[in-house]
Amino acid sequence: MADEPLLQVRDLQKWFPVRKGFLVERTVDHVKAVDGVSFEIGEGGTLGLVGESGSGKSTTGYCILQLLKPTGGSVRFMGKELTELSRSELREMRREMQIVFQDPYSSLNPRMTVGNIVGEPLVVHGIGTRRDRTARVRDLLETVGFNPDFTNRYPHEFSGGQRQRIGIARALALNPRLIVCDEPVSALDVSIQAQILNLLKDLQQDLGLSYLFVAHDLAVVRTMSDDIAVMNQGKLVETGPAAEVYANPREDYTKALLAAVPVPDPRRMRERKRERRKLGHAIAEGF
Amino acid sequence: MALLEVDDLRTYFGTRRGDVHAVDGVSFSVEKGRTLGVVGESGCGKSVTALSIMGLLPMPPARRVSGTIRFDGRELSKLSERELEDVRGRQIAMIFQDPMTSLNPTLTIGTQLTETMLRHLDLSKDAARRRAIELLEEVHIPNARQRLDDYPHRYSGGMRQRVMIAIALSCNPRLLIADEPTTALDVTVQAGILDLLEELREQHDMAMIIITHDMGVVAEAADDIAVMYAGQIVEQASAEELFYHPEHPYTEALLGALPQLEAEGVREGRLTAIPGRPPDLVDPPEACRFAPRCPYAGLGDYCTVEPPELRELRPGHWVRSAHPVSERDEALLEVGGG
Repeated sequence: MADEPLLQVRDLQKWFPVRKGFLVERTVDHVKAVDGVSFEIGEGGTLGLVGESGSGKSTTGYCILQLLKPTGGSVRFMGKELTELSRSELREMRREMQIVFQDPYSSLNPRMTVGNIVGEPLVVHGIGTRRDRTARVRDLLETVGFNPDFTNRYPHEFSGGQRQRIGIARALALNPRLIVCDEPVSALDVSIQAQILNLLKDLQQDLGLSYLFVAHDLAVVRTMSDDIAVMNQGKLVETGPAAEVYANPREDYTKALLAAVPVPDPRRMRERKRERRKLGHAIAEGF
Repeated sequence: MALLEVDDLRTYFGTRRGDVHAVDGVSFSVEKGRTLGVVGESGCGKSVTALSIMGLLPMPPARRVSGTIRFDGRELSKLSERELEDVRGRQIAMIFQDPMTSLNPTLTIGTQLTETMLRHLDLSKDAARRRAIELLEEVHIPNARQRLDDYPHRYSGGMRQRVMIAIALSCNPRLLIADEPTTALDVTVQAGILDLLEELREQHDMAMIIITHDMGVVAEAADDIAVMYAGQIVEQASAEELFYHPEHPYTEALLGALPQLEAEGVREGRLTAIPGRPPDLVDPPEACRFAPRCPYAGLGDYCTVEPPELRELRPGHWVRSAHPVSERDEALLEVGGG
């Protein structure tokens, strides 16, 4: 048991029914958003989950946190099977697993102050006195590089990068072991994106966090991840250590995906364009 | 003479807080047959520059404070609305970021494709329709003849952008402005669209302006690059010069902040973040706009007092900074000595 990884996902499925009919609806088909996905994340490690839009990568993240109920499969986290927990047990487990969302503009309640947003998880779980919580919120904000004197302000007063820091502080409030980062920097400009990625790296080092890092940007995922899982149409196409998958992708889909990324280097880009065309022909002939 | 010459363009937006200096003294030119990449972060003025060229900004709140835009020797701001309409769509065409909203969902692809041609070219309906099929084939849409009568919802995002490109090309424009043409698309679809744009630019012998926030996209698609920051061009050079010998501290920092796809050991390392964020354009810094975030400014430096001019550091390589890379040792010595 001691060897069991922090998170173990086995054959995860999320099928959404397609219903048809008037008055009497029948399920005529399923959209297999997630279909047989398996991977593990170790203590302090990061798994980068990449794929294009609609590949099922975010749904996978939600199913792991049980924000969506999986149709099938197993999610073992800290030795417990999450899919079989009662609501109250699940609530306890939620302390250990948190999420940071993509859009810092819509994921923070505009009517709550920064202090209340970050402190809410503490209130919900009945942690500490009011005074303890105020101190903890200040600590958390300082940890994420957000001025703790602004606790009485509202989210709209801050830029995207600052808001994402608020979201991260909230996710950290209960000292979780695992954070699902769902496209945490895709709404941010490059210079701000680098600040947030560095922050996530630092937090991981200091707090020993594990991340499931869901993103479509392959360069961003590479800089964050120990292991990579590539998804396409609900299925896992390829998994492995990041360095290996990026250097020697085995599957055609992964190859095509990597070849399509533009890199900020004009000479290398000309080579990559040639490689991309060659690969395109090779794959076309292979099918 | 360049095909497009923009000189000292200033476009401000009136707001209750005061004027937003969205574009503040932008000058550049685009030569026939070349692609200029305009790159910068959100709010830097890259799209407003394009819309100013096209005369597509609502005025008010927008206001042209100064500047000339000469296309093929003609000053566009002196043209009447009617004359401008003849240039727009026919000589200069534009494609936008979001292919999901830029097509009218209630009209067939064919109607939308022929609309521009019927307005600008002396074509019969049948001829326009035949030309529309050719255009769809040219942008590699399979079964063009059948797909002409489909509505936009039957097309995927990448295919809609191909249709937008076909519409833009329908009157053989001499300049194509592409504003974030691939930002809403998946990376594999993006690659296809960029390939298509390159192919068509050559075939039609057009000039092109690609506006993007993505350094990778300009590295792939542009011959020359202008980097914008806070309403101004801070550096302009050929793509090779800009990527291999960047001069402006902002360009340098931006390149350092990019996660690398093909480098080793990136997992362990940190990215070079740029501290702070871009200035408020209602009240931009008086001197150098990058100075508050610049690691080389300060120290009682004149660049925080007097705005640096855009100057030609090497032939064709323009920089707006008191501390370009190649002058930096010298600058540090001066500070050390003084």
